[in-house]
Amino acid sequence: MATPSSLEEAASVESKSWTLRLRQAFDRTLPMDHLLPDRQPYYVGSWVYVFGVVTIAALVWVVVSGIVLSFFGPQWWHDSRVGRFFNSLHFWSVQLFFIFMVLHLWGQYFMAGWRSGRAATWMIGVVIFAVSVLTAFTGYLSQQNFDAQFIAINAKDAMNAGGIGAFFNVLNFGQMYGLHIMLLPIGVTILVVLHIVMVRTRGVVKPIDPEGGERP
Amino acid sequence: MDTPTTYFHWGFILISVPNLLVIAGMVVLFAIALVAPFPHRKEADDGDTK
Repeated sequence: MATPSSLEEAASVESKSWTLRLRQAFDRTLPMDHLLPDRQPYYVGSWVYVFGVVTIAALVWVVVSGIVLSFFGPQWWHDSRVGRFFNSLHFWSVQLFFIFMVLHLWGQYFMAGWRSGRAATWMIGVVIFAVSVLTAFTGYLSQQNFDAQFIAINAKDAMNAGGIGAFFNVLNFGQMYGLHIMLLPIGVTILVVLHIVMVRTRGVVKPIDPEGGERP
Repeated sequence: MDTPTTYFHWGFILISVPNLLVIAGMVVLFAIALVAPFPHRKEADDGDTK
């Protein structure tokens, strides 16, 4: 039978458990009703808020089509009809990803989305944009066509002039392809997940002048 | 496909017409998103999520 002292001992051992403390921290920071809400504030009822979601949807298509391309390789995506279809799917979903990411950026810029403790969310968005540009650049270099060669040969001088040509060699297909299909997409995906979690933690930023005249 | 594209040149601004059309389309889409009515649920919340 447990005595009061043994119960206290058990409780103190439990409070030292890192899994318990981590779980409690998760519960405090991001409860499930914030992570997967079924209701939103009234001001979220605007198409401007859809741009971020469309960007995520485009990213899903980019990753899925990219996985298919990586399985079959350059010969397949140039020579077969299905390969060309997936190559195009990858290319056009990237176009949509960038278009809607920039529209999302415009929307957040004009509503000053960094207010009320959301600066880190904004800055992670900036980093996502930069890493996405690098990912797209290595993607253009990985096409295995004359376009990729043209870009690589023109870009190498800029890289060398910038002092990074020694470890970022745009003429090295293996390096560019490795970065494009492994390191950079993993980086973009992790940052996007972090960005979404931070948005869900704080909620969507209030409009600058909402109904009722409250200002931030 | 293999012919060079046409460029819009105005002062120091030099941009290909396809790029200009994409940017113009984005501006139009952004403007539409600001004014187009959004379908609302009747029981919409009126507060912040936190």
